[in-house]
Order: sequence, then C-alpha cells, then structure tokens
Amino acid sequence: MDVLRVVNLGIEVSGKKILQNVNLYIQQGQTFVLFGPNGSGKSSLLSAIVGHPSYRIYDGRIMFKGKDITNLSTDERIRMGMGIAFQNPPRVSGVKLIDILKHCARISGQSEEKVYEYAEMLNMVDMLNRNINSGFSGGEIKRSELLQLLVLNPDFIMLDEPDSGVDLENISIVGDAMRELLERDKPAEKRNKAGLIITHTGHILKYVDADYGVVLYKGRIACIGNPYDILEHVAKYGYEGCVKKCLRKLNSNRK
Amino acid sequence: MSEEIELEPEVRKRLEDVGAELSPEKRSASFVQVDQEVKFSLNWLEDVEVMGIKQAIEKYDWLKDYVWKAVKPDQDEYTKLAVEDFNGYFIRALPNTKVEIPVEACFYLRGVKRQKVHNVIVADEGSEINIISGCASHPGVASGMHIGISEFFVKKDAKLTFTMIHSWDAGIEVRPRSAAIVEEGGVFISNYVLLSPVRLVQMYPTAYLKENATAIFSSIIFARDGSRVDLGSRAVLEGENSNADILSRSISKGGGVIARGHIVGKAPNVKGHLECRGLMLSERGYIHAIPELEAKYPNVDLSHEAAIGKIAEDEIFYLMSRGLTRDEATSAIIRGFMEIEIKGLPDFLRKEIDRAISMVESELAL
Repeated sequence: MDVLRVVNLGIEVSGKKILQNVNLYIQQGQTFVLFGPNGSGKSSLLSAIVGHPSYRIYDGRIMFKGKDITNLSTDERIRMGMGIAFQNPPRVSGVKLIDILKHCARISGQSEEKVYEYAEMLNMVDMLNRNINSGFSGGEIKRSELLQLLVLNPDFIMLDEPDSGVDLENISIVGDAMRELLERDKPAEKRNKAGLIITHTGHILKYVDADYGVVLYKGRIACIGNPYDILEHVAKYGYEGCVKKCLRKLNSNRK
Repeated sequence: MSEEIELEPEVRKRLEDVGAELSPEKRSASFVQVDQEVKFSLNWLEDVEVMGIKQAIEKYDWLKDYVWKAVKPDQDEYTKLAVEDFNGYFIRALPNTKVEIPVEACFYLRGVKRQKVHNVIVADEGSEINIISGCASHPGVASGMHIGISEFFVKKDAKLTFTMIHSWDAGIEVRPRSAAIVEEGGVFISNYVLLSPVRLVQMYPTAYLKENATAIFSSIIFARDGSRVDLGSRAVLEGENSNADILSRSISKGGGVIARGHIVGKAPNVKGHLECRGLMLSERGYIHAIPELEAKYPNVDLSHEAAIGKIAEDEIFYLMSRGLTRDEATSAIIRGFMEIEIKGLPDFLRKEIDRAISMVESELAL
C-alpha cells in the first residue's frame, strides 16, 4: 500500500515556483533518501508534505494513507501519522522539551516511562527541562528532533539532514534512533514504517540502509534508483553528471 | 497557629476565585482589608507580626519614623490623598527569623469610591519573609480607585519577597506608590502579576540599594481592550557592589502598556540589567517600552534589552508539527512568554504565579 502519494505536485513560495511536477510514491516499509544540491527544493518538498502554510500548492495533490490531505492543517496530518524532524527548528522560549514530549506522548498514546526511556537512549535526560532548542548545540537539536519523533511514533517519517552537526560520539546514537524509527532492524516484510530522509552528503546510508534514492534537481525529480548507485554517481560526476546519466537511462528505457 | 478569617461568603468566594489563599494551614498569617476597614489581621505569631497599620502606630512609637520615610507624602496628588484617612497593614519579620510559610495580605474594593492604603513592611536584620498580596474588587463595582502606599524596609542581610497579584475589574483605577530601602547585603524581590481587566494601573515602585544589596523586579502584564497599564520599576544603586535586575513581560490584546524601567548607578562596582519584552496579539492596543539607564559614577555596569513583536509563525508551525492545534500552540507560546526565570524565587511562589496564569489561560489565546 502506498503510504504517501505525491501527485504532479507544484509548489510556490511568495509567488515563486520552487517545485514542479513532482511525483513520488512511497509504500509501507520503504525508506527513501532524497538527494539534491543546495536549493534544489528538498526541504521545500518536506515542508509541503507536512503542510507548512508558506508553501502553496498550485498544482497536484498529496495523498496520505489513501486520503487527500492537500487541504489539511499540519496538526491534522501529524495526527494521521506523519512526523518530521527539522534541520533548523526554531527556539520557543518558555516551552520546555518535556512539555512538547508530553504532548507527543498524548497523541501517540505512549506512556511517560517510554518518554524517559527514549530520552535516556538519546542522551537527552539533562535537556528535558530546558527551553526547546534554546542554547542547544547542533547535535542536541538533532537528538531532540529524533526524540520527539520517537515519542510521537509516526507511521511516515521525514528527516531533514538528521546527521549534520552531530559529533562522532553521538553519531551512532542518532543512527540507532533512525533505525528504530524506521524499523530498519526488522526484516523487510515486517516493517510498517515508511520514511523520506534528506541528505546532503549521503553519510546517512552508513546508518540506514535505504531502499531507494531520489534526486531532486532544480525543483523536479530527476532520478529514482538504488541509493548507493546514486551516491556513487554524484561523488564521481557531481549532481549534473548524475542527472544527465540518469536521464539518458530513463530515455533509453522508454525506447 | 493562625485562625480562619471570618469573611462574608461572597467576599471570600471572590478572593478565592482570584487565587487568594485564605486557609490558615497554608499561610503563616493573613490580613484582609475590605474598603477602608481592616477586617482581620491575625494575632501574634512567633516570628512574624501582622496587624493593622493604625494599631501598629499606636503600639510602636518607633514606627512613626518609618511611615512616609521611603515614599514622600507630597510625591504626587495620589500620595496626598492618602495622608489622612487611610488603613493598611504592618508586617514585620523579627530579627534572624526565617518565616517559611508566606503571609497573605489582601485588599478588597467593595463599595468605596477610593480605597486608601498605607502599608509598612519591615524585614528585620537577618530575617527572611515572603508576602503574597492579592487585590480584588467586588464583581459589578462599576468604578473605584485604589491608592496604595507601600513602604518596604529590608534590613541588613534580610530577604523580603513580595508578590502582588492584581484582579481588579474594568472600572477600577489603581495607583500604587511603593518604595523599598534595602540595607547592606539585603535582598528585595518584587513580583507583579496583572492578568485580569482593569481600567488603569499606574505605578513606578523604586528600590534604594545600599552596599551589597540586591533588588529584583519582575512583572507580567496582560492588557485587554480598555485596560491601560503604565508600569515601571526603578532601582537606585547607591551602595558599592549593589545590583539590580528588572524583568518585564507585557502582552497587549487590545490594551495599552507602557513598560518602563530605570536603573541609576551611583556607586562603585554596581551592576544592573533591564529586560523588557512585549508581545502584540492584536491590531488594536500598544506596547511602549521605555528602558532607562543612568550612570553617575564611572565604574558601573548597566545594560538593557528590549524587544517587542508578535507571535512568530514559525514557532506556531513547529508546535503544530508535533500535533498541537493552532490554538494550543498559540496558548503554549503565550504561556511560555510569561515564564520568567527569577533568581531566588522559592518554588511555591513559582507555582503561585503559574496558578495565576493558569486561571486566565483559556482566555489568553482566543
């Protein structure tokens, strides 16, 4: 079953078109990695899927669990089972991490013990009573985002650069959290979670064995394939080279 | 132990509704003044004295040196009004005592045109005391004025925490006139919470700090349509190494707020910081922040920060991405805005202030 169906999606921000004709189908149990150079629209795609009000859909639609969610608010999408970890979440002064986790636990129905268990796992117990993201280091922000998702327990998980700025000491913790979220340690047929992960460098593939790679280039999906092959091509030929190669392949397939 | 205060049921109900704690188990002493009448002031307790100011002036000859010492009777037209015909309380923590349980002091405006109050609070040398003052008006009182003179005397190494929670009504005008003299090594913490409607609150309490003394002023203001609040705090750093912090959080939802602050540095090694933040929730109303720093000595460290804005959309979106509805997110952000970290504030007071915020929380966002 397709958990997410992005159909012919066109997105504009302040009147400027930034995504065009995007099609993406993700099934239960599948994890996709989203590649693309800076400014290619990766974060915009995630923002549109989760319903950020600044990202206006001018074309196409988004289906989630078989339902058209194009006009639903962000919180409604979350309560349907979506979750997102942001790259640069804002500070919210006076709102503590623990307050948000309690909200997340209420929505997912997870117990308070579970909240502390995950906090322990992510080495965040000392941060629980701190104002969210206020004075957090880059790595602490990533761990806090993943912690919130673990408590929220969504069925479809979007991660925007979850490993950037994480120090060596914590990288395996972050990797474990991602695998737990996406059920990557379970055999493929037993996985129910689906995911879409943005990566810049591809390092994430060391911790999460994704099923597919997608290249977003100049606001369009240019390539879908084996994530390791894509990573290798990008490393060798750069994005432009990779996209050309990919397009040639697509064209030859069509013939 | 203190005794239960006898009050008319409707007065008691209103006071309890606005958060006043009248049960004797939770307070070391309680005082209630309804209009000009001191209804109850409790008896002698071991470490703290609480009584009507008139009774105290009769009892203690020395008290006349304290009355009108920190505030001058000719300061303005309102102080002049309170020179004669006043009532109020006298609270004193005896030397080297620590009054663990707070003292409750309430004023209730029921039927008079002008309630005039003169309070004297003395924290004697080495003592520690917490006073919570709730002020309320009777439901349906169309108009009235409360003029309150409060003089605080924090003696050497004493610590006085004064928390005032106002619950007036749309027709009431309030003119407190307060000043504190904080002696060597003393600590004065003043917290002010105004979340309910009022016609006008205007005050500019001042603390005069001697050597090594500390003052912390904090205020949380929520101004609705029809409310005007002109509120400041002033610290005069007169003694070497004295320091002051002034923190304010103002929210306008149609009402007007002038948030003032003034720190004067007059002695070596003094330190003062002023933090003034405002949140605009409506296209009506205004917030005008006026932070002032004044140095009269070279070796001073004075700073201020002021910021006014609306609720950031990216913060609302962030909380919604965790499943909070827009209203829940807005209310959590407003609530968070009102959280002030006050150094040295006892836990129960933090809870007390949280309780006051919770009581109006449902009205804040919507």
